Amino acid sequence: MIQVEDLTKRYGARTAIDRLTFHANKGEIVGFLGPNGAGKTTTMRILTGFMPPSEGSGRVAGFDLLTESLEVRKRVGYLPESVPLYPEMTVVQYLDFMAELRQIPNRADRVDEVMEMVRIDDRAESYIGNLSKGLRQRVGLAQALLHKPEVLIMDEPMDGLDPQQQKEVKALIREIGKEQTVMLSTHILAHAQELCNRVIIIAGGRIVAEDTPERLSTQIAGGGRIHLQVDGDSDGLVEALRAISGVVDVRRVASDRFEIETAPGTDGRAKIAHAVVTGGWRLLELHRDKASLEEIFLELTKDEKDAQASVALPKKSNQRST
Amino acid sequence: MRNAWTIAKREFNHYFVSPVAYAVAFTLFLVLGIIFNFNVATSTIGFFGGPPQVTQWVFGPFVTLMLFLTPGLTMRLLAEEQRTGTLELLLTAPIKEWELVTGKWLAAVAFMCVILFISAIYFVIGNAITDPGLDWGVVGSAYLGFLLLVAALMAIGVFTSSLFANQIAAFFATFAISLGLWLVGLFAPQGETGIFAEVVRYLDISGHYYDNFIRGVLDLSSTVYFVSVTVLFLFLATRVVESRRWR
Ligand SMILES: Nc1ncnc2c1ncn2[C@@H]1O[C@H](COP(=O)(O)OP(=O)(O)OP(=O)(O)O)[C@@H](O)[C@H]1O
Ligand SMILES: [Mg+2]
Repeated sequence: MIQVEDLTKRYGARTAIDRLTFHANKGEIVGFLGPNGAGKTTTMRILTGFMPPSEGSGRVAGFDLLTESLEVRKRVGYLPESVPLYPEMTVVQYLDFMAELRQIPNRADRVDEVMEMVRIDDRAESYIGNLSKGLRQRVGLAQALLHKPEVLIMDEPMDGLDPQQQKEVKALIREIGKEQTVMLSTHILAHAQELCNRVIIIAGGRIVAEDTPERLSTQIAGGGRIHLQVDGDSDGLVEALRAISGVVDVRRVASDRFEIETAPGTDGRAKIAHAVVTGGWRLLELHRDKASLEEIFLELTKDEKDAQASVALPKKSNQRST
Repeated sequence: MRNAWTIAKREFNHYFVSPVAYAVAFTLFLVLGIIFNFNVATSTIGFFGGPPQVTQWVFGPFVTLMLFLTPGLTMRLLAEEQRTGTLELLLTAPIKEWELVTGKWLAAVAFMCVILFISAIYFVIGNAITDPGLDWGVVGSAYLGFLLLVAALMAIGVFTSSLFANQIAAFFATFAISLGLWLVGLFAPQGETGIFAEVVRYLDISGHYYDNFIRGVLDLSSTVYFVSVTVLFLFLATRVVESRRWR
């Protein structure tokens, strides 16, 4: 549904995005994750036909971004980052205007429908200028849904919503994501983790990692830290643990608690458990730190120069460079 | 074309909630009213002699005022969309740039038509107080020419509004271009001949109105002039909006 290749956009001498290649299928929710200035908005503006790329090509909803922009725009719903609206119009007036521009049949019915979907129907007659930030966000979302778009692109859709609203909007996005293609950007990793089938992390205009949230977590956690607690006597345990293959380091944090570092890509829990039990110690607890997307994100985007040096090879995310 | 109409409708409605539009209308009718009153008063006492020139009384100052008021009516059309970012909304909707530009222009011209409609009151009064009444042919010609002139000025306004995200900048740019076209005739004083003088005289926007339409002369070359200026500036505006995408 979305398929882009080597997308590059330069603003004068500044390269905002640099040879991005990615795709998003029907029925998929793809999260676009990255720090400020990473190029998320720029990419989305290209995907929605607002501006053409400096280089590269892409197809959205089956049409070419460059040569069939009008067809693309007919099929894409877009919630821009700043949620631009006309403050002097009422919610209905505004949605009716957008529906008319999109030449939607039975406009009035459809407008009522989307207002209900985003729960703005009780404020239908309010002037947009008098709405709160979150309510405006919902109006923007309603606008993006008007024409039942095949591809929905949302630039930071959760921004400014209260937790209750976030929950509702997430449910709405999930619902839409079942049938259509959804692409959303966010800084908030928990949202991406919860919502997306696939996450693309970009920094400095390049893709630094791309995978499912779960796999991204284990990629890093694979070489992770294991916590161990035993009951009572723990003499000689450290030495026994060090002898296990794959264990890099063992630290005693309390008399009965240990932290064990294992080599990347290994899960040493089985071996450790075995060693502890056969050695006669009494195993109380054994668990592995699961890196949250947050850690991965910080890791990957910590230093933009680093990120750029490691180019767009997702595999590199395995190697801790520090 | 349907999209141009949609854009125009929204923009036209906006004029009626916009303080600027009311200020423009207020200024216009205040000045026109004062001048009209003065003219009626002086002509009844036969101060200037000759038959009363109701068309001149109204459209003389009206046209001059439009030089100042047109920029006020057109400055926000595209500048505001750029400033607030709503242009992103319009350019990601399936509409063509020329439809957007034409729609904006159409709205401004339509608003002017409302004002023109109200201004008919002067001619109703003029007809009542003069004997043998007005020459409606001249009045009609003056109206038609005025509309063509304003359409051209509005196109200039839409063009400059596409250049800036700042309304004030758009205002002064429109004013500068219009004034330039207004005064360009000064380079070809009366009696001067030659190709340069001819061209300059043709470029002079005021001449086409004052020499022809307001006197009841429906001149084809003047009509072509106004239409050309309109089309040219709408075309330029379209190109500017298109080029926004490439920056
Ligand atoms: N119109 C523009 N002119 C010049 N540079 C721009 C323009 N728009 C964006 N940039 C630059 O391109 C880079 C990417 O910006 P972009 O807005 O795509 O980032 P983003 O990932 O959306 O960031 P944020 O999380 O802050 O929204 C930034 O360095 C930004 O300064
Ligand atoms: Mg952004």
